[in-house]
Amino acid sequence: MKKTAIWIIGLLVAFLGVFTVSAEEATLTLDDIVQKTNLAAYYGGEDGRSEVNMTITDGQGRTRTREFVILRKDVEDGGRQKFYVYFKKPSDVRKMVFMVHKYIEKDDDRWLYLPALDLVKRIAGSDKRTSFVGSHFLYEDVSGRSPTEDEHELVETTDTMYVMKNTPKDPDSVEFSSFTMWIDKKTFIPVKIEYLDKRGKKYRLVEALKTEMVQGIPTVTQSRAQDLLSGGKTVSEFSNVKYDIGLKDSIFTERYLRKAPKAVRN
Amino acid sequence: MLKNGSLSLFLWMSLLSVIVFSKPATSGVFQDNLYDAYEIELNGFAEVRQGWRLKDDPYEKGRSISEGRLQLDLGRDFDWGMLRFKGDVVEDLVKSRFRSGIREFNVMLSPLDFMDLKIGRQILTWGTGDLLFVNDLFPKDWQSFFIGRDDEYLKAPSDAVKLSFFFNIANLDVIYAPVFNGSVYIDGSRLSYWNPVLARTAGRDFIFGDHERNRFFADGELALRVSKNIRGTEVALYGYRGFWKTPEGMNPVSVTLYYPELTVYGASIRSTLFGGIGNIEIGYYDSREDREGDDPFVRNSEFKVLAGFERELMRNFTGGIQYYCEWIADYHAYRRSLVAQPGKDEYRHLLTVRLTRLMMNQNLRLSFFGYYSPSDQDAYLRPKAHYKLTDQWAVEVGSNIFLGTDDHTFFGQFKDNTNAYGSVRWGF
Repeated sequence: MKKTAIWIIGLLVAFLGVFTVSAEEATLTLDDIVQKTNLAAYYGGEDGRSEVNMTITDGQGRTRTREFVILRKDVEDGGRQKFYVYFKKPSDVRKMVFMVHKYIEKDDDRWLYLPALDLVKRIAGSDKRTSFVGSHFLYEDVSGRSPTEDEHELVETTDTMYVMKNTPKDPDSVEFSSFTMWIDKKTFIPVKIEYLDKRGKKYRLVEALKTEMVQGIPTVTQSRAQDLLSGGKTVSEFSNVKYDIGLKDSIFTERYLRKAPKAVRN
Repeated sequence: MLKNGSLSLFLWMSLLSVIVFSKPATSGVFQDNLYDAYEIELNGFAEVRQGWRLKDDPYEKGRSISEGRLQLDLGRDFDWGMLRFKGDVVEDLVKSRFRSGIREFNVMLSPLDFMDLKIGRQILTWGTGDLLFVNDLFPKDWQSFFIGRDDEYLKAPSDAVKLSFFFNIANLDVIYAPVFNGSVYIDGSRLSYWNPVLARTAGRDFIFGDHERNRFFADGELALRVSKNIRGTEVALYGYRGFWKTPEGMNPVSVTLYYPELTVYGASIRSTLFGGIGNIEIGYYDSREDREGDDPFVRNSEFKVLAGFERELMRNFTGGIQYYCEWIADYHAYRRSLVAQPGKDEYRHLLTVRLTRLMMNQNLRLSFFGYYSPSDQDAYLRPKAHYKLTDQWAVEVGSNIFLGTDDHTFFGQFKDNTNAYGSVRWGF
């Protein structure tokens, strides 16, 4: 009798469990997944700081490294953001600063500070599909691609992943024909993104190799971008990640281009 | 002399070779130790740069540039601010001398929440022009620029105090230099130029001397800027009170040059435009010692206007154009008083083009910068290729090409100085 009761309770719990999960899944529309993924990938916390170590390996196996600190502040979740990138290595780019005010509805404002000349240069950067500091990551991988630029399609739902195909609304603006994201159901972190070229051939792969919880926020701490045609790849390691550190708006102004804030110098 | 020179260059090459063959990591260890022990950051580079004249110049030496250089950059952070030192030692084989120079030696603090302060030797830049300067009246080193040193050396240091105030309404920068910081101009010692006294091209046979402005406070300079970023549009107003940065005055009796008094008022605007960056900058140069424009030995007042546009033409390929005009005020008075013919035109129009192409994972940078003046009928072209062999090693080749139909125009006067150069640099 007792055994049966436990069984029944067990079944009930299991059923309820399944039910709640499927209910949650049922309430998630494609749009919800798109939004949650965008927020998980690029809008963790109100602001954030991370040290980045990039190892760039070209098709011949030659490596180069980049070390920088990146600060981010969200103006609105899923919308405008500000970025401040302070270079530490190699020595020829040391103390250079790259700053972006990212908009959704218009081109970003970008600045570059060249310390040797004390020059605050405004940079023309309409093409976000350009390599970021010579790596296999693109500007868009760093600051995010607006979900409004693509048509989305949920092609598969596995036990752990949403598989979403994204097709650009303006195919002439990009070098790919589509890209497919494997999105972790729990964290909404895209763990793998595959790009197809105009002829439908897979040519580029971006992966989250390591994800950790930082202050309760799922955070990619190691990622890799590969150029499948040349064999080149870049691995980014993110360390000392911190969220909600109270970055002031003023950090993202000319003042702090000329005088790097403590948040990046330490 | 030449033998010594070759020996020195050999020594510099040896130094670089030692760096190649000793593991560069050792310098990294030294840098780390220095930081761990004293929290001092040490960086810098060693470089060999060699150039050749592509035309015969009867007034100058055969080599345009030949030097070994070591730059050290030291910095330390304190709770109260930052201390910075940056200096070069140079073995200059064209001038057969060894020299050293401090580029930066300053302290930077933020005494108030809305105020920054930088005191000491520093590099200063503002304004919106690309290798054209309207309201940037900080010293330049034109000689370095023309003989093919790194772009960094176009900017000469200032000994100054820079106060910056950041208010909601706008930002204010006040820069005061107690003693005038002049530009390095073309005096004939290294590059030949049009000499109005001789009415011909001259060089080492007539090196202009100038009367230095070196009196504390009496020869001081003040530069102001009020700036604001209004939703991505950067606007600024500028003011300057000091002296012409190059000696635009001459004492006709002693035939020495001097730096006449100058006041400048200006404004600029810069914003995104048609998928690129557009900018406009204007300035009025009030030549206070020749307000009527009738003193033939002092440069007249001038209006300067600059408009530029830069955008990405395709991936990793950027193009920029600028139009610039200098308009001489009181031109009739200038013409009437002119003693040395031929004089300048009332308007000097200038067009510039910049093309930058990044290749091979952005390790190869091909760039071209060209100035062309339709009014002076002259041009100055700067092609350059820069390749980063590794994160530490970089090589560069480039050229400075001067063209012109006349011998007396701004760029045309330098046409015998056309040169090419190459460099090898190790950064640490």
